[in-house]
Amino acid sequence: MAKAPMSDLPKILREHESQILDQWLRLLTQNVRTGRGRITERELQDQCRDFLAELRDAIEGGNLDDIRTGSFDRLRDMLGHISRSRAAQGFTPSETAIFVFSLKQPVFEMMKSETASAESWAFGMLLDQLGLYSMEEFLKRREEVILRQQQEIAELSTPVVKLWNGILALPLIGTLDSSRTQVVMENLLQSIVQEGAEIAIIDITGVPTVDTLVAQHLLKTVAAARLMGADCIISGIRPQIAQTMVHLGVELNVASKASLADAFALALHQTGRRVTRISSNDAKTSGISRGSAPGGLTGQANIGS
Amino acid sequence: METNSGDVLVISGSDDVVRVRQAVRAKAIEIGLSLVDQTKIVTAASEVARNTLDHGGGGTATLLTVQNGNRQGLRLIFEDQGRGIADLDRALTDGYTTGKGLGLGLGGAKRLSNEFSIQSTPGKGTRVVIARWK
Repeated sequence: MAKAPMSDLPKILREHESQILDQWLRLLTQNVRTGRGRITERELQDQCRDFLAELRDAIEGGNLDDIRTGSFDRLRDMLGHISRSRAAQGFTPSETAIFVFSLKQPVFEMMKSETASAESWAFGMLLDQLGLYSMEEFLKRREEVILRQQQEIAELSTPVVKLWNGILALPLIGTLDSSRTQVVMENLLQSIVQEGAEIAIIDITGVPTVDTLVAQHLLKTVAAARLMGADCIISGIRPQIAQTMVHLGVELNVASKASLADAFALALHQTGRRVTRISSNDAKTSGISRGSAPGGLTGQANIGS
Repeated sequence: METNSGDVLVISGSDDVVRVRQAVRAKAIEIGLSLVDQTKIVTAASEVARNTLDHGGGGTATLLTVQNGNRQGLRLIFEDQGRGIADLDRALTDGYTTGKGLGLGLGGAKRLSNEFSIQSTPGKGTRVVIARWK
């Protein structure tokens, strides 16, 4: 049988399979904590045995240079799958990479007795490539998680709340970057249509920094709401934010209030409603008395609708 | 006046502007700036950092805590190798913008800081230094 110069490796892997496997597993279990619902020793054994078999098939043709070629397809798939599941199971990058790299020692020890150093160099390079590939797949999975969380945050953090018939509130929290502002604006405009709202209160209590970009986003949102026939009130402007905005030279040109409560009172006023305190007798008969209300009065607000 | 070696942050995306803001806020709290001063320097940093990104094509922000006698302060240096600013006076004029912003950022940053200096060479880049004292 005619053999390429690099044909000893498959033979070594075949003939010393059980020795290599044993030593590899021993090294792996030293470095990777099994159990705790992550991976059992049994699974690890299966993964190692399958990986070794696929590796042997892949290099059977004598190609040790490029793992992107067709003969490595199945090995890459398998390694990719293992690496991604490691990411999902909460393994660290080192614990994931060690899977491939710890195969070096057992194979090299077998080679020492049988082959020249050129081949061990080539095999070392091959495992390095596989290790890098493993990391790429690991990170890809992590990035998918981060991307999904970003989208979830963008949706979660922009609820539109109905305060009264025709009055909406939009409590903004965190950093207003362009993509989030887009979601905010869409949600608000959609809710204005659904609720037939006359007034939308945009509360910025939870926005830590109001710079010119945030101000511009707010102004655009207000302008869009106005085109749809709804007036905006901006609330939650803290003293330090107010001072900063004055220095920046930003003018919002909309009604603004320090607190959401003040803005709500203004909205009620603008829509022809008013909050009045009902007498204690009325409150008792309607069964909504609160004993601890200041001055013995019951604190029930009565809003005409 | 004493200066310590500063933290250098890279500005290459809009996430980095957020990171600069957070780092500046943390430093401002560390040296005990009042809430209003914190907000002012953070907002000014946000404006200049975004200029570095949008007009300078990205760059770096260096955060320094500085000591002048008993006074402590925070000095921020923003540098980029972008296209530079040809007319500095015009760039500092409120309402003037080459982009699509409000045109208040640079002038606003100047008003929000105790110290403000800007050097720019067209084609070479821009360096903005701002500081806020306790």
